[in-house]
Amino acid sequence: MTEKTAETPSKNVEPTRVDPSFKYEVMKEHDGETLKTCFQCGTCTSSCPTARFSSSYRPRTVLRMAQLGLREKVLPSSALWLCTACFTCTDRCPQGVEVASVLRVLRNLAVKSGEVPLIYKELVASINETGYAYKIPEIRHKKREEIGLPPLPKPRTTHIAKLVELTHGSKLLKR
Amino acid sequence: MKNRLVQLRYAFFLGCTIPYRVSSYEISARKVFDKLGIELVEMPDANCCGLPVDPADHEMMLALSARNLCLAEQQNLNIITLCTGCATTMRKTNKLLKTDKVMRDKINDILRQVGMEFKGTIEVKHMVQALKEDLGFEKIKNAVQRPLSSLKVAEHGGCHLLRPVKFMGWDNPEDPETLKNLIELTGAKCLDYADEAECCGYTVIAIDDKVALQLTREKLSHIKEVGAQALITVCPSCHLMFDVNQSRIERAFNETYKLPVLHYTQLLGLAMGMTPDELAIKELRVDPSSILETLKT
Repeated sequence: MTEKTAETPSKNVEPTRVDPSFKYEVMKEHDGETLKTCFQCGTCTSSCPTARFSSSYRPRTVLRMAQLGLREKVLPSSALWLCTACFTCTDRCPQGVEVASVLRVLRNLAVKSGEVPLIYKELVASINETGYAYKIPEIRHKKREEIGLPPLPKPRTTHIAKLVELTHGSKLLKR
Repeated sequence: MKNRLVQLRYAFFLGCTIPYRVSSYEISARKVFDKLGIELVEMPDANCCGLPVDPADHEMMLALSARNLCLAEQQNLNIITLCTGCATTMRKTNKLLKTDKVMRDKINDILRQVGMEFKGTIEVKHMVQALKEDLGFEKIKNAVQRPLSSLKVAEHGGCHLLRPVKFMGWDNPEDPETLKNLIELTGAKCLDYADEAECCGYTVIAIDDKVALQLTREKLSHIKEVGAQALITVCPSCHLMFDVNQSRIERAFNETYKLPVLHYTQLLGLAMGMTPDELAIKELRVDPSSILETLKT
């Protein structure tokens, strides 16, 4: 089987579009600037809890692809969302690359390009509406009262919705 | 006279996960704090810390987070949290806005639209950091009435208790000791186990539950290997993974753990002589009666 694959290389030749401006786009975002100092040692991937159980998520690979300008491969990749944000990669990077934050920049850019996992739309919608990441059911409020806990905070939702709007969250809500 | 011991006052930031799914943590924390002389001042206008939306939009996270900081500034109180995620997020925003003028101006432009301004006058601490730095081990030691000497437990602090170091920096995340010290003040023995500082996986459970559950499962097996009778957590999200999802992991991998998972505040409360009922221990999913029996002897 492997020989056969070797004899038909034409199928593997897919031209990949390179966008030289991509890395500058990443680097101008807050925390994105450290992308340039990654020298591909792999400390991040070897420290990554997700990488041990996922066949697709490798922080070192994602950073290299971003440096090379492979926007079309990086931003739509579902693997981008497998970072647990544990920050072990960031704390261990010998080059001072803010690995987890560069990955967050990439997810933010993916969102701007329209790639948003459903859960994040739900979280933004809930915060926009109630101020909480999850809609707290009425029964919880009642139970608190029964057992003598103070009422839950009731954030001014007009303020919250304004903050969401001013940080482009309303675009997320419309999609 | 209720406040006879009050020396410490904090703005109490509850967050979302605790009231939504882990009220036993709040109930036990309030009881224990009261007895230790820590006064919690409510934050009636507080919103989500912002962490859940950081992957979607960094500025949205900063604005939401900064709004809470402004509320505590108005109260002129430092913030205490029970959730490690809320702690790391608000510490990050606080330090960033205190040191980066460009970002501070940007976020203040947004906050001004809702009549607020970040001034940078308060601090944010997770409970574990506050117990160590503000209350001190000595007072906790003195409050222990019933040392749990027969108990062997393990700890899981959670990534956001100590990472990223740039914003946390009060204990070594590669070999943390504060939570262990706090556990040992109760008289219980805190056991070492393989990969103690690894992540529980909670953050990705909505994206890929297989990855998340495998991370938790691996930790459970390492904890079980060293013979711990219970696991002690200090984060509602980690607690959900180890306690609520434990039976799901047992089913998925055809294994048995039956490892009770207590909030640190429950462990400490027991050592301070409180009853399991007072500490909402019956709300735990994994039956903790094995360890409660041990304590009777």
